[in-house]
Amino acid sequence: MAEPIISFKDYGFQYLAQASPTLYHINLDIYPGEKVLIAGASGSGKSTIGSCINGLIPYAYPGESTGSLLVDGKDPAKESIFNLSQIVGTVLQDTDGQFIGLTVGEDIAFALENDCVPQNNMKETVREVAKLVDIDHHLEYAPHELSGGQKQRVSLAGVMVEKVQALLFDEPLANLDPAAGRATIELIDRIQERTGAAAIIIEHRLEDVLWRRVDRIVLMDEGRIVADMPTKDFLTGKMLLEHGIREPLYLTALRYAGVSVTEEMEPQYVGSLQLSESQKETVRGWYRASGGYGEEKKETKVLLDVEHLTFGYTPERTNLRDVSFSVREGEMVSIVGKNGAGKSTLAKLICGFEKPTSGRICLSGRDISGDTIKERAQRIGYVMQNPNQMISKPLIWDEVEMALLASGMSAEERKERVEETLKICGLYPFRKWPVSALSFGQKKRVTIAGILVQRPQMIILDEPTAGQDYHHYTEIMEFLKSLNAQGYTIVMITHDMHLMLEYTPRAIVFCEGELLADTTAAHVLNDPELVERANLKETSLYTLSMACGVENPQEFTKRFIAYEEARRKTEEG
Amino acid sequence: MARVAILNYIKRPSPVHELTGTTKLIFFMAWSVASMVTFDTRILVCMLVIGAVIFRISRIRIRDISVVLGLAAVFLLLNNIFIYLFTPEYGVDLYESRTVLLSGVGRYTVTAQQLFYHLNVTLKVICVVPVALLFIACTDPSEFAASLARIGVSYRAGYAVSLALRYIPDVQREYTNISQAQQARGIELSGKDKFFTRLKNSVAILLPLVMSSLNRIETVSNAMELRGFGKEKKRTWYTYRSLKRNDWLAIGFAVAILVVDLTVTFWDGSRYYNPFL
Amino acid sequence: MKKLSVKSVVAIGIGAALFFVLGKVAIPSPVPNTNISLQYAVEAVFATLFGPIAGIVIGFIGHTLIDATSYGPWWSWIIASAFVGLVIGLLTMKMNVEEGIDSKKLIRFNVAQIIAHVLAWGLVAPVLDILIYAEPVEKLFAQGLMAAVSNIITTGVVGTLLLLGYAKTVVKKGSLEKED
Repeated sequence: MAEPIISFKDYGFQYLAQASPTLYHINLDIYPGEKVLIAGASGSGKSTIGSCINGLIPYAYPGESTGSLLVDGKDPAKESIFNLSQIVGTVLQDTDGQFIGLTVGEDIAFALENDCVPQNNMKETVREVAKLVDIDHHLEYAPHELSGGQKQRVSLAGVMVEKVQALLFDEPLANLDPAAGRATIELIDRIQERTGAAAIIIEHRLEDVLWRRVDRIVLMDEGRIVADMPTKDFLTGKMLLEHGIREPLYLTALRYAGVSVTEEMEPQYVGSLQLSESQKETVRGWYRASGGYGEEKKETKVLLDVEHLTFGYTPERTNLRDVSFSVREGEMVSIVGKNGAGKSTLAKLICGFEKPTSGRICLSGRDISGDTIKERAQRIGYVMQNPNQMISKPLIWDEVEMALLASGMSAEERKERVEETLKICGLYPFRKWPVSALSFGQKKRVTIAGILVQRPQMIILDEPTAGQDYHHYTEIMEFLKSLNAQGYTIVMITHDMHLMLEYTPRAIVFCEGELLADTTAAHVLNDPELVERANLKETSLYTLSMACGVENPQEFTKRFIAYEEARRKTEEG
Repeated sequence: MARVAILNYIKRPSPVHELTGTTKLIFFMAWSVASMVTFDTRILVCMLVIGAVIFRISRIRIRDISVVLGLAAVFLLLNNIFIYLFTPEYGVDLYESRTVLLSGVGRYTVTAQQLFYHLNVTLKVICVVPVALLFIACTDPSEFAASLARIGVSYRAGYAVSLALRYIPDVQREYTNISQAQQARGIELSGKDKFFTRLKNSVAILLPLVMSSLNRIETVSNAMELRGFGKEKKRTWYTYRSLKRNDWLAIGFAVAILVVDLTVTFWDGSRYYNPFL
Repeated sequence: MKKLSVKSVVAIGIGAALFFVLGKVAIPSPVPNTNISLQYAVEAVFATLFGPIAGIVIGFIGHTLIDATSYGPWWSWIIASAFVGLVIGLLTMKMNVEEGIDSKKLIRFNVAQIIAHVLAWGLVAPVLDILIYAEPVEKLFAQGLMAAVSNIITTGVVGTLLLLGYAKTVVKKGSLEKED
């Protein structure tokens, strides 16, 4: 067997600023040409492993290590980070952070420039590599003219100009819409086959990564490797849920149906799955038996009414065209569509951050076009994607109280209101804590509390769970669900197809500034044309139900979710 | 908030565009120095005319830059008013003679010398405007860093300029998003609030903006380290263009102007051209 | 000269971008060249965190970009902006805000920024203006005084609050207990 390209031997690491180690007794060999997935919940140490491999540890993040680590037979601590970068190419999660050049061409050439490669050779290499990742028609483009997926391809090209032997992807799916994420997984697959480099993917979204073959899965928990085995062995076990990772949906569905997953079924990814006729029949049987999707909600009064809304940031280009829809009181709705489809613009118009070119917005039947941002905010709250962009006070109490200070309430009233809000959000025990001591999910709650304190009727959330592992995802979504149960109307802008299916009965689909569909969440993902046009992606449930010959895949998804919800309720109660 | 008009590179085929960034940078600097040094009206007028001609050649239209011209006009007007308010007799001291054209209230008379001084100060600013604007409008931002490196600035400092240009739109978007979200919570920057309230409110926007910028610094510097920035004493440039005949001509011209400027200005031992003596 | 670290290069680039964006949304004041400028608060914070070289270059690049996109460069004030970053950076060297902040450090930061602004707008900018534009001393003095006072207040209030906020978010998590 060949020598491993990366080899951890009883390796441990502790960051300088931290009280206890982040990694313990890591033993891991990665061989040339292998494709390895490193999975784990937030804080499991999976990103730290990545930083050890590419040399950011110890160069950018000093600390103490034990045991040994060899990258291509060399000790990274003794090599320069530059030498390491010619062995391991890293694609970071933040596509804007990694896009350094002013145009695509410059960015791809960045490493070559630093290597003092003559300009002619440089241009040639850039063209070749750009072609490989299919971005060669955009060499003159500036980063803001590209989609997230395209920027990521530029990042990939930028590390491939060096003849690297291993490619490291740090949460490559976190910032992408579903179709772009899928394209990334396909691209990684293709590039890896073409170049023969090892690929290491750090990601917790198994459902999405397992769209293509992965040789091996390494599961991390609390700084230790708890599993390291070939994908098919791994998936037949029950390791995932125990360690806070969501199992791919097709496997969950098989489990519910009572089909036990074995290695012979080739369960590595949904496309490779082999089911016998009797197993298919079991799935169909489960489908027929688990009918009766939850009770329909009663029709309530219309809260928000958007009529013929049109808007453009510049006169030449319209970002939204003739959009009409309404939201009823107590609803929980998803707004989906690819990046740049106009979803965030819509939210900005509703909140009054931008003024529509034409059309109007009514709240409880009253036209609010004349209302200021502040007046609207009393009734419609807007929560940004990144809580760090909203929190501006070091203490939780102050942060939540902030909106009230401008409202002229008495100190007594304010105290009462803040306390009540903190209790709703489960933050009351932390009320005197500094915000910095909270986890991402808790910070999100703080920002929501800062909005709720104004007692709006409706809350709009931009990507409430982006970049969160299953544990935090569930925490945030269950919290939103409880708010919804208390009567708050909730609108979410999201890329997460499962979030849409699981939590919002209804979805509004946008594409290129137009409202494409306004229908049930389950319907959206079972309409291939809609999926295609809006850059969405069907879940593996759809693929599974098709493979099993279920007559109505849409209903299959619905029943799956109803079943899952019922199970959760029994577990809780 | 409306999108702030920023550095607008306007791509059009013209001889000015074809010049390398290096040439335009040298030209711009020589021009700035020339206008700063001289107070000779004849030279300033010549520079203004030449500037206008170059502007024509560049095929940039007035309306492309009307916003910037408007700002320059307001700035000049205010600056002139303040000079006059503070020192209405300044020109008289400077040109050592006094020709009253209009006697006004108290010390505020109008003298030919004062007007001539205002003309010169205004010309000094105006004759740089077209060249500065052209430098911005006709130079591909991608060329800035390479041009700075070419004239001897360390490539690290040069790259900082490139990074600033790269991240201005991102920072601007972030600023807009944060300030909108804070407005929805009753925090406003502009408006009728008192000065100190506004300052305090601005922290509600700046703190998240600065914290996220510090995060960005971390990510970007990691990304640059990982791709070998700073490993050699020099680096090559993807966008570098070698100087052609026209470049040398333009540089020669700029140097000539500077030499003429210095010679004429200091020929008689005084920086000022004085038609009153 | 010592080579700039990669992190300093990036801090300068992003700092200058911030300086530019804030300078473009400045709250206008009636006297030319003396807007109430938030960018100096940010420049001061960056100079404190990343040192004098970062301070000087952020001021220089940021201010040049602002001027170049509004009315052509006014070099004397650009140089004064760079000078502010240099002085604050020098006077707050090795203050290690990352390790926490106390009133002593805050006083030092404010003394540094007052000295920097007084020298920059009271001396550097007017002297250069006299040399370059031969403008009247009285006008320059009034202008410089206005700028110094408004920048000192802005940096004093906003800069101090930013530093405090920064220090509070980076300090290590203490032993915090929940209260019912």
